Amino acid sequence: MTTQTTVPETPSTPAATTPSGLIGGIPPTVARALATGGGILAVVSTFLAWTWTAEFPGDLTVYGYPGGLQVLVLIGGILTTLFALSSYQVKGLRWLTPAGADGALKLAALGTFATAWYTVLAISAKLGGLVNLEPGGWLVAVATLVSVTGAAALPFERPEPEPFDPDDTGWETYRHQVRHGIAILRAAVASGTPTPARRLPAYAEILVIVAAMALGLIVFTYGIGTEYDQLFIGFLITVGFCFAALAKSGLISRISAITARHRVITMAGAFIAAALFPFTQSDDQYATIGVYILIFATVALGLNIVVGLAGLLDLGYVAFLGVGAYTAALVSGSPASPLHVQLPFWASALLGGAVAMVFGVIIGAPTLRLRGDYLAIVTLGFGEIFRVTVLNLDGTSGPDITNGSNGISSIPNLNILGFDFGQEHNILGFTIARFANYFLLMLLITLIVVVVFRRSSDSRIGRAWVAIREDETAALAMGINGFRVKLIAFALGATLAGLAGAVQAHVTYTVTPEQYQFAHVVPPNSAFLLAAVVLGGMGTISGPLVGAALLYLIPAKLQFLGNYQLFAFGLALVLLMRFRPEGLIPNRRRQLEFHEDAEAPTVLSKTGA
Amino acid sequence: MTTQTTTSGETVLDARGVTMRFGGLTAVRGVDLTVNSGEIVGLIGPNGAGKTTFFNCLTGLYIPTEGEVRYKGDVLPPKSFKVTAAGIARTFQNIRLFANMTVLENVLVGRHTRTKEGLWSALLRGPGFHKAERASRDRAMELLEFVGLAEKAGHLARNLPYGEQRKLEIARALASEPGLLLLDEPTAGMNPQETRATEELVFAIRDKGIAVLVIEHDMRFIFNLCDRVAVLVQGEKLVEGDSATVQGDERVVAAYLGEPYEGDPGQDEAAEVEAAEAHATRSHTADTEAEATEAETTEAEAPEAETTEVETAEADAEATTDAAPGKENDR
Repeated sequence: MTTQTTVPETPSTPAATTPSGLIGGIPPTVARALATGGGILAVVSTFLAWTWTAEFPGDLTVYGYPGGLQVLVLIGGILTTLFALSSYQVKGLRWLTPAGADGALKLAALGTFATAWYTVLAISAKLGGLVNLEPGGWLVAVATLVSVTGAAALPFERPEPEPFDPDDTGWETYRHQVRHGIAILRAAVASGTPTPARRLPAYAEILVIVAAMALGLIVFTYGIGTEYDQLFIGFLITVGFCFAALAKSGLISRISAITARHRVITMAGAFIAAALFPFTQSDDQYATIGVYILIFATVALGLNIVVGLAGLLDLGYVAFLGVGAYTAALVSGSPASPLHVQLPFWASALLGGAVAMVFGVIIGAPTLRLRGDYLAIVTLGFGEIFRVTVLNLDGTSGPDITNGSNGISSIPNLNILGFDFGQEHNILGFTIARFANYFLLMLLITLIVVVVFRRSSDSRIGRAWVAIREDETAALAMGINGFRVKLIAFALGATLAGLAGAVQAHVTYTVTPEQYQFAHVVPPNSAFLLAAVVLGGMGTISGPLVGAALLYLIPAKLQFLGNYQLFAFGLALVLLMRFRPEGLIPNRRRQLEFHEDAEAPTVLSKTGA
Repeated sequence: MTTQTTTSGETVLDARGVTMRFGGLTAVRGVDLTVNSGEIVGLIGPNGAGKTTFFNCLTGLYIPTEGEVRYKGDVLPPKSFKVTAAGIARTFQNIRLFANMTVLENVLVGRHTRTKEGLWSALLRGPGFHKAERASRDRAMELLEFVGLAEKAGHLARNLPYGEQRKLEIARALASEPGLLLLDEPTAGMNPQETRATEELVFAIRDKGIAVLVIEHDMRFIFNLCDRVAVLVQGEKLVEGDSATVQGDERVVAAYLGEPYEGDPGQDEAAEVEAAEAHATRSHTADTEAEATEAETTEAEAPEAETTEVETAEADAEATTDAAPGKENDR
């Protein structure tokens, strides 16, 4: 590289100091006006009819109020308009964009554009042609196009093109240009450093947290409640871009700074918001999804202790959930269980956790002396051994304990202190049905796991886990008994999964071996659990929760993907690992990195794989 | 040479006849070494002489094939974490910090053996937990102040400059309250100012009553610092004594410069190869020094003072080669 001559990429490239937009030829003032006007027009258009027939789901035929996908476009339009006005330094809106408005404006306009055009194209595709669009549909298409064009024409600091080597082959030159193109795109949506925040009074900060939690609850409830594929896709597009826009505007980092100051209140707020979820539902349909997401998320969080903190790649983790579930099922008083005992819930949950822990120690003790890949293979094997063993304990191939492939069925509902989980209950005028009851119970288990995760990670043992993950040899030289510390992590993870399994057995009525496979279409299974942890962000609490929610909702909502579900999922995971290896919600350690050039290492080195 | 203190303390480390074989290769052969309290002992030798292997035998990373190592009279356990608990702490030739932990957390990990809080204590968070945690933090901050990193406590270890990473490694090792500190090439890759600062730091550590055993290639550093120097060549201890003795020993000079002695034709070749390699490595780093070194290498009888110079240059050159991945296996 020392011999390279500095030939500029193209002699006509404008000097890096003169900012220009992605689209040239539009003066900045006009561009900003276009973006703003487009945003306002998009908002207006959502109150018009977009199509003439109610055949397209969501009823977009009504003048006067938005419906279905129009609501999403409306939200995007409002956000675009607000950011645009904020970029005009309008008084009272500047707090929206502490880190600069342009990047956020571009993303918001792009998101609105994507949602609107997706809607318009979906209408045309479903009803057969563009003729099915009413004027409102045309208006929103034009308005969002204008808005995104204006936003794209906003000037930004272009990065200096790296000088390139004249000896490069065509492929290398192409790669060089692509890299520069990506750098330009990044710069286009880049945001400045946030202006230092004025310290708000404590009550105001708490109000902000409450508002953020409420917003989260609304978004989540909306996502769960989406009734048709198009709406869910529109929801994902809108939420994705809006979140990115808010992150670029600096609002997210400001809010996370506030939540970091009031951690207990934030946690309490998050759990109250989650507990309010069943009360927002009129029937039990979505509470079912809620409780399954919670089980999945809780187990993923338990796995995060093993994978994210201690760096032990466990590919058979779902087996511990199975151990807990089977244990609880056997002592639940189910007629299919050979043990005709019915323990109270607290006892069966503790037993489930304890038995899972014993299994964790039995599996961990011989294998945790291994490093990296070997551990992954052994745990993968254990997961399958558990399933096959349970399958064979059916009275013909072995003793009759688990009923083989039929599983243990008709597990009775829980009854804690006279509160029957199978019945509908009326609390404060809200009807809380079976799955909502279990949702609240499961939330309690999630809370326990979150507390365990937080407390253990921020302590001597948690630091030892991270040290082992970072560099085992150095950790041993610092006096850490690596084997012991890893075994604790493994057993703790197993216990938490067993605890969740004890609840799961009651929720699903039946436990069967095929619920606990390595890979399966329906989560939770080992592959999806690991994916939830990696997708969400290793070593964080909110990461696996978000990851699990996404991984559960996306297959459940996008039924049309059918057999391509796993393919799409794999593709998404590959792309994520390429472009955001630290996961959706990166660890605090990663956020501590002050320098852009000290890029985060690949995740694989962290898992110990 | 500036501070020759009396070495009249009790014996901290006593290695007797340590031999380490890897299959047919004997990396360390029958090495005896003692370190007394309040003493700084240097361990030098050409590349591949077995210095780091010997270190690994002392710290439990390897279990010596023959011989035994005693720390304050007790035979060391064969596990490296138990060795640390017994009171021997070490740093690594290739810096091995916990890169994604903060500076303070790195030192807190070093406190692991001196604290007792387990999982239950962490989960239940009784008053004892908070007290122990606070004490650990205070002690860690003290150590960071001692090495001069206190104001960087919140930074990630990976973001520290090279010299400070070395300091942090020393602070982390000190956190386990050792009676003996093993430093594996603490000044590799440092400029002269940083080397001098490290020298001061090592003296300060000695003044705290901690014995120090140091591997180094920088001869000026070693001879300034150490009360005694042992020379390891091809796995065997060649000489041991104070700076003057070692510097004056012809065999040491020969071992370093690869001077051919009778009945060993291979030695000649090896020297040539080494010179060529050294030249190649140095050509883009320190041209003038490399020139000087080469001139010296061709002269058979180099005066002592100049030898020191040569070694300095060589150490610099090695600092660059240390980063090579092959060296990793040397541990």
